Amino acid sequence: MNDASHWSIFLNAALVNNFVLAYFLGICPFFGVSSKLETAVRMGGAVSFVMLVASVCAFLINLLLDAVNAPFLRIISYILVISSTVQLVEMLMKKLSPTTFRAMGIYLPLITTNCAILGLALFQTNRGYSFTQSVVYSLGAGIGFALALVLMAGVREKLELNEVPDLVKGTVAALVVAGILSMGFMGFAGLGR
Amino acid sequence: MNTPELQPQTSAMSMYRAIVGIGAMCALVIVVVFQSTAARIRDNQERFLAAAISEVLPVTEETIAVDVGENGQLEKTSASLPLPVFLAYGSNGDLVGAVLTAEGMGYQDNIRVLYAYSFEKQAIVGFKILDSKETPGLGDRVEIEPHFIANFEALDARLNSSGDALNNAIVTVKQGEKTDPWQIDGITGATITSEALGNILNDSANGWLPILERDAISIDREATP
Amino acid sequence: MASKEVTSTDEFVKGLWRDNPVFVQVLGMCPALAVSNTAMNALAMGLATTFVLLMSGLSVSLLRGFIPREARIVCYICIIATFVTSVDYLIMALSLELHRALGAFIALIVVNCLILGRAEAFASKNKPGRALLDGLGMGVGFTVALLFIGVVREILGSGSIFGFAVFPDSFQTWTVMVLPSGGFFAMALWLLIVNRIKKKEAETEKAEATA
Repeated sequence: MNDASHWSIFLNAALVNNFVLAYFLGICPFFGVSSKLETAVRMGGAVSFVMLVASVCAFLINLLLDAVNAPFLRIISYILVISSTVQLVEMLMKKLSPTTFRAMGIYLPLITTNCAILGLALFQTNRGYSFTQSVVYSLGAGIGFALALVLMAGVREKLELNEVPDLVKGTVAALVVAGILSMGFMGFAGLGR
Repeated sequence: MNTPELQPQTSAMSMYRAIVGIGAMCALVIVVVFQSTAARIRDNQERFLAAAISEVLPVTEETIAVDVGENGQLEKTSASLPLPVFLAYGSNGDLVGAVLTAEGMGYQDNIRVLYAYSFEKQAIVGFKILDSKETPGLGDRVEIEPHFIANFEALDARLNSSGDALNNAIVTVKQGEKTDPWQIDGITGATITSEALGNILNDSANGWLPILERDAISIDREATP
Repeated sequence: MASKEVTSTDEFVKGLWRDNPVFVQVLGMCPALAVSNTAMNALAMGLATTFVLLMSGLSVSLLRGFIPREARIVCYICIIATFVTSVDYLIMALSLELHRALGAFIALIVVNCLILGRAEAFASKNKPGRALLDGLGMGVGFTVALLFIGVVREILGSGSIFGFAVFPDSFQTWTVMVLPSGGFFAMALWLLIVNRIKKKEAETEKAEATA
């Protein structure tokens, strides 16, 4: 269906069409948890992980939906299956590896309704990616998300130390920083060919 | 455990009832909407495609969708393919050309194009971008720049003597350096996008034109796919 | 009766300014930034979201006695996803060009926190009429906010508004405004203005209180 090479899919998802800075997906956690570097790294890890799980789920559901010829159930089944799988993973993690759970488990429920996850599932379906392509795409998207989050957190930590006018403090400053980061990421265009 | 009397738990039964009930209602709504809009949507898609086809190959009166069958032969198809290919017939029923969709990576994201091939001229005679997210003001000039569009009035796409590939690969050259009819005159400032378009056309034409040249004339228009 | 009239208009008006979903609550940012590169797209996205807000608010409110507390989120998501799918097909039936421009972002209305938030915080506790008014207010507030961002981006980025040119051809368009980064900048600009007005309002209220 789609013959793009794995490397170009990865580069595209991570840099050229970065989910946060080019598609505006997952903006809420991007602004919400990017004030500290430490939390940003953990959040990025958790999102990457959920993206991988969601991508595999979405691929399997799509096979099933194609088999029964019911494209109109796509949105509803994606969101339900993804959110229940994430909850399942959360429970398993709590039981099997409490340390990992403490490190990133608290973010999992927040991520379930993150638009980046559903966006990933829908984009991979729209582009007709095969199984391995989907997995590579989700890895790239996750790493790109984490990268944007960490870069943003680095800038915001420095911003804290500077004198910013009251009106601009907070969301406005974060938006301007994000805008400049997004311009920077435009420089990657043309890489994934 | 601690205060079951104070916090009455909802019974499992009523939870099932609610979830199943809501699920059924939602399914009903979705199916009703899908059924009632399906005809309209198909109609829209057909109109959209017909408009695009008559733009790249104005002489077209009728088209049939084709695909390569299991035995490697061209055959009529009714399946909706991601990149459909059509044979176009003129007003007197003659085969006038083929209209093909192709897709590939541009500067920002996938670019999807529609182009027309004329059997008589053995050249690409029409071109239209269906979908692109190229940089506004730079990459998207491939859609408006007159000298670039002029490339596709007759872009040479002759096959080699054995008929299994293009005789001359379609390539994009720097603006103003076009010397041969199979070259695409690029756009300065949209280099990558115009090169990407050259590659997309070359790949698609290399794959499809040999099959079309071999089988298109013998295809049965009235056959039921 | 008269006092009830006042409060129902209040349900509607609060979404427009005091609790504006985009500029004050900063909810539903993904679509607000992603599809606001032209005024027309912004308007279409706003209307689609309003429709989903209205229908899901109405349904949640009607079913509020039927949905058990423990299973509410699943039920809400199910209802919202249903109406989003419907909107997706309705837009496709209306205009394919529009559907192309909005792309996957219609489907992403499902995860717009604004809608789940209103279902949870308002519709599940109020009568259908109230829920409709609240949904309408929030929806109109969201649409207006999107339109504001879209208009700024289209005027500066393409030199036109709703496709009609407003500047002479000699105007050098600010291409950056139609690119993703322009979304961030336009949003920052409007937030700055809203913050400024809010601050002024708070100051005058304070002054009145002391006087």
